Amino acid sequence: MEIRKLTCISCPMGCPLTVEMEGDEIISVTGNTCKRGDVYARKEVTDPTRIVTSTVKVIGGKADMVSVKTREDVPKGKVFDCVKALKGVEIKAPVHIGDIIVPDAAGTGIDIVATKNVEEV
Amino acid sequence: MYDVIIVGGGVSGAASARELSRYKVSVCVLEKEEDVCCGTSKANSAIVHAGYDAATGSLMAKLNVRGNAMMEQLSRDLDFPFKRIGSLVVCLSEEDMPGLQALYDRGVANGVKDLQILNREEVLAMEPNIVDNVYAALYAPTAGIVCPFNLNIALAENACENGVDFKFDTEVQNIRKTDSGWALDTNQGTYETKYVVNAAGVYSDKLHNMVSEKKIHITPRRGDYCLLDKNAGNHVSKTIFALPTKYGKGVLVSPTIHGNLLIGPTAIDIEDKEGTNTTREGLEQVIGKAGQNVKNLPMRQVITSFAGLRAHEGGHEFLIGELDDAEGFIDCAGIESPGLTSCPAIGEMVANILKEKMGLEEKDNFIATRKGVLDPDTLSREEREELIRKEPAYGNIICRCEMITEGEIIDAIRRPLGARSLDGVKRRTRAGMGRCQSGFCSPRTMEILAREWGVSMSDITKAGGDSKLVVGTNKDTI
Amino acid sequence: MKSYDIVIIGGGPAGLAAAVSAKENGIDSILILERDKELGGILNQCIHNGFGLHTFKEELTGPEYAQRFIDQAEKLGIEYKLNTMVMDISPQKTVTAMNRQEGMFEIQAKAVILAMGCRERSRGALNIPGYRPAGIYSAGTAQRLVNMEGLMPGREVVILGSGDIGLIMARRMTFEGAKVKVVAELMPYSGGLKRNIVQCLDDYGIPLKLSHTVVDIKGRKRLEGVTLAEVDSNGKPIPGTEEFYSCDTLLLSVGLIPENEISNGMGVQMNPVTSGPEVNESLETNIEGVFACGNVLHVHDLVDFVSEEAATAGKNAAAYVKGIRQAGGGRDVRLNPVDGVRYTVPMMVNTARMDENLTIRFRVGGVYKNCYVSTYFDDERVIHRKRQIVAPGEMEEIRLTKEQLLKYPDLETITVKIEEA
Repeated sequence: MEIRKLTCISCPMGCPLTVEMEGDEIISVTGNTCKRGDVYARKEVTDPTRIVTSTVKVIGGKADMVSVKTREDVPKGKVFDCVKALKGVEIKAPVHIGDIIVPDAAGTGIDIVATKNVEEV
Repeated sequence: MYDVIIVGGGVSGAASARELSRYKVSVCVLEKEEDVCCGTSKANSAIVHAGYDAATGSLMAKLNVRGNAMMEQLSRDLDFPFKRIGSLVVCLSEEDMPGLQALYDRGVANGVKDLQILNREEVLAMEPNIVDNVYAALYAPTAGIVCPFNLNIALAENACENGVDFKFDTEVQNIRKTDSGWALDTNQGTYETKYVVNAAGVYSDKLHNMVSEKKIHITPRRGDYCLLDKNAGNHVSKTIFALPTKYGKGVLVSPTIHGNLLIGPTAIDIEDKEGTNTTREGLEQVIGKAGQNVKNLPMRQVITSFAGLRAHEGGHEFLIGELDDAEGFIDCAGIESPGLTSCPAIGEMVANILKEKMGLEEKDNFIATRKGVLDPDTLSREEREELIRKEPAYGNIICRCEMITEGEIIDAIRRPLGARSLDGVKRRTRAGMGRCQSGFCSPRTMEILAREWGVSMSDITKAGGDSKLVVGTNKDTI
Repeated sequence: MKSYDIVIIGGGPAGLAAAVSAKENGIDSILILERDKELGGILNQCIHNGFGLHTFKEELTGPEYAQRFIDQAEKLGIEYKLNTMVMDISPQKTVTAMNRQEGMFEIQAKAVILAMGCRERSRGALNIPGYRPAGIYSAGTAQRLVNMEGLMPGREVVILGSGDIGLIMARRMTFEGAKVKVVAELMPYSGGLKRNIVQCLDDYGIPLKLSHTVVDIKGRKRLEGVTLAEVDSNGKPIPGTEEFYSCDTLLLSVGLIPENEISNGMGVQMNPVTSGPEVNESLETNIEGVFACGNVLHVHDLVDFVSEEAATAGKNAAAYVKGIRQAGGGRDVRLNPVDGVRYTVPMMVNTARMDENLTIRFRVGGVYKNCYVSTYFDDERVIHRKRQIVAPGEMEEIRLTKEQLLKYPDLETITVKIEEA
């Protein structure tokens, strides 16, 4: 049996959650003071995901950098791979919100897209 | 081969260089830091003392009073900010009156003009924020405040304009006697000269002791300060000193020339000549003592704290003159307070010593004046608009706390001995010196520095040497 | 001199939302003055996600959130000047500003909306002893360098203060290749959102040391390390708890201060608790026709609430310009924050001028668990809401209605307090 300790982020209370697991199966969630804690814990131990945000360099734009994000959540374990996929990436201005910067980042099937408009100089 | 090498680009070295530049003589200043005004000269009370402190008959007393008298004309000639705001030495009890009277008598003996002892009512009428239990005060109307950075920089720039060489990042490691004078070994090679002026501040003992058997010891005496926001700048209108009593020495409270309020210093003897770190004990002392003479100090308005080192020599006297056992080596050592006040007179004295020894003749093309970085606030509205039309950079505010424009920063960089670092820009323009302490303007000032010097952002330093502000680019190590 | 109905100082989220709202409420003559080279304010460097859940019901990054408002402002044809610094504003609402193209110039406004935002508290304000080397940055300055310029301020990082910008920067610096060693927080609780602690620190194994502060800074030219110590309940370092961390970077995330130099200059009355103007239900300051919103009024943790507040200011400024704002009549009811409630915005409500619904925002001074947020109309308790937790890091609100207030024709004071269960 595996014990996972989490802090609930559903509200400022920040309940310390304890999840008992047997393989992939959740045996119990304790420590939560409301139902939201239970929901959060179950998602976080089985399928934790995050949006990754970063920047890449822009060539010939009004700004030197453009901010980017994974269009959707990616598995938590793939976060650093997504960041690494951006290393050395340079993009020519103009860039617009939603433009694909790196397709299918780190094999997640999720594109990394621009989150800012950078016009040409 | 130079005629004179001055070691140290603080106020003493710069004033000496500037005075020497009146004459037909080749002069070089060696400075271990990347800029002038990087040691004692940059971190002190910025006070132009009236001259009642030093022992009557001492060189300190003489140069203090002379320096004070020279400062006003010098500030006009070299365009640096100076104001004669006056000072008060606050006495809190009748039993301390003999001490106050002694200061008065000494001041009169030293030749300080217009001293007055004020009673409680007179003090409070003059300075309503003095503590209610004030008993009397010594009023010295000739005391003033100055911008120590711009005093130092102005002297150096003017010296430079008049032909003095300045070598930065050049640290003297050894001094050797040669047939024709002296050889100074530095981290940038050897410099030869006929005469040496030792204006090395807290390091002046090190240099002195390289050439003389009569050893001296300079103790770095640290002073911690707190600087308050301009909101608090008019809390007092004069420099408020504490009368030293059996309970010790207090701290001063003074407006600065740029309208902040300065409180300090401590006096903590240390051995580390680079020990410019504030300590918790030091800052607590400053905060603790601040209220002894001035009430309702808004200590929540502190925007920064810093520490400076005075070059304290055991005899508490300026050591200026050629060494008996090292001909051609002129000491300018032990320059602690009132060194800033005295610097015009120190420079004059050093130059006179060399003039006599070397039989120097005056140049006919000496440039006696210098214009500082143009402060658009001093212009009329029309002049300012005209300036922006000609130089749009003066319409672009970079430091929003002090309202410093890109034009001023460019001026600070492009002038003789121009700023190379963030602190260099700060000392010349005040950009970054305000309430946000450069949080907003530092990336913008870095960009201007990089552009003007034609280097990359990662070459820009805070204060030269290893003080790089950025270390690389995003993801360069992953 | 040019004149506008409404001049808005600042083109960040508050200024943009105020402009859009004023326009939608019938004012055509609007000018935004922005000191930076683009609209959007600090959102441009807040490239992380988490913005807009309330406003747009989706999770956006800062630049995306800003762009939504910029697009609206552009579509509505709202005028703005970039790279323009406001130098001062007279009590008669003459705005003096400066830029490269026009030099110094004056604009007469009928109404002014203050939306200048805030700045970060610096090291100096904390009196942290030690050297003053390169490598000490406020978190926001580092954020600008990394996110806007692509430059790394350092490789080994200690963060003082667990404000949200500091937490966000812990993750940002980690992504870009730095090692964030520890986050120290003076208080026994974090000043940031729980979500940020989990997703910016816990995710990357970055320890958060509560009740700790920096007691020494080492390094003469470039930072070499800092000493942390635990503090007692008065915030004083406890001798013997010192621990040295070698690092080349110290980021400070120790609080935000509303940037009210211009407001002070024009004589706007300040609330010492918020460091922002004292405003009434219309978000109007003591100077008639001068409104304030966003972080210049009080520091927010969610931009969504800034936008909402700014829209109110814009609407009321529009009403003021059109002269349709009830001037007379009604009662002036004072708000009285006590017992754990540090302040309220607004501080005064006029029962005639107020809209049907009024949101009162406030912050608490400590962490309270299983408590009640209570509202008293004079001596009568009218709201008594159970809360599992309230904390200083999260802004609170209560909602009042005009109908409710009008039931109390003699009402003088509305007291907001925390009551223990």
